[in-house]
Amino acid sequence: MIVQLNGERAELPDDATVADAVRVVEVDGERRGVAVAVDGEVVRSVDWERTPLTESQAIEVVRAVQGG
Amino acid sequence: MANRQVAQKGEPTTERAGGFELGGRVWGSRLIVGTGGFRSLEGMERALVASGAEIVTVALRRVDPTAKGSALELIDRLGKFALPNTAGCYTARDAVRTARLAREAFETDWIKLEVIGDDRTLFPDAVELIDAAETLVDEGFVVLPYTNDDPILARRLEDAGCAAVMPLGSPIGSGMGIANPYNVQIIVERASVPVILDAGIGTASDAAMAMELGCEGVLLSSSVARAKDPELMAKAMREAVEAGYTARRAGRIPRKLHARASTPDEGLPDLR
Repeated sequence: MIVQLNGERAELPDDATVADAVRVVEVDGERRGVAVAVDGEVVRSVDWERTPLTESQAIEVVRAVQGG
Repeated sequence: MANRQVAQKGEPTTERAGGFELGGRVWGSRLIVGTGGFRSLEGMERALVASGAEIVTVALRRVDPTAKGSALELIDRLGKFALPNTAGCYTARDAVRTARLAREAFETDWIKLEVIGDDRTLFPDAVELIDAAETLVDEGFVVLPYTNDDPILARRLEDAGCAAVMPLGSPIGSGMGIANPYNVQIIVERASVPVILDAGIGTASDAAMAMELGCEGVLLSSSVARAKDPELMAKAMREAVEAGYTARRAGRIPRKLHARASTPDEGLPDLR
């Protein structure tokens, strides 16, 4: 399926979960400071593995950066 | 008289000397430092240590696989509290969503709420700010809103349940200091939550002035991060906040147009 991952078109397997999307953007084991929203709604990290994605969803994977 | 009232307002009661209460917690340092704008993580580390700040702000952005080093790792290592912000949000909806992401990412209910109106002034959008603050307070957040130096807006934010109000001194990153100290003083006089001067600080005297005006703390970023020597400026800010707070408690003399001799005339010898 095709989704929008951090603003870019990405192709994922049809049975992909949020966790798969997170792996695509190369977030390694360290999950502190990382959060995910699917179509604007937060998906908690405990739910990443069991939350399936569907065609054309927008996934945002964010983490802490320096900022005022 | 106004100064005296302000001084009493800021007086610590039960907390330890110099500490202040914010969001139900007691903090030892009244200086909050932003982590944006530093030229290197090493430089940021030295500055954060020199600042003595316990609370440091961070932002959330899309994961960049090429980014080197982790700001959060550094903040954790230094034992400081990472306060997430909603920088870059223009609408209440975006700010609320960013705050929810931050709660998930940092496992904290604290949020520095920024909802800006345009990218030239970075002034807050009052309508969106109030909207976002109300929603986030309802959701259990400890909301620390970056706001205009508008006493009425500050009161509205307090009424909405914000844990503090954080008026700007002047535009973010401008280094113009406190453009309207009278408004800041009015905000302080009326507020029953801590007032933290946020944005516009250029140098140490600005930070000291904020404290003298009655603010409970100062939040700054660019003035340290973009200083020629961030570590040294961080030290200056720490000392300025402490000095300003101490001076406020000491009670300044009133301003007068004419001189008042500090040496008595009595006993003056006649040397004609």
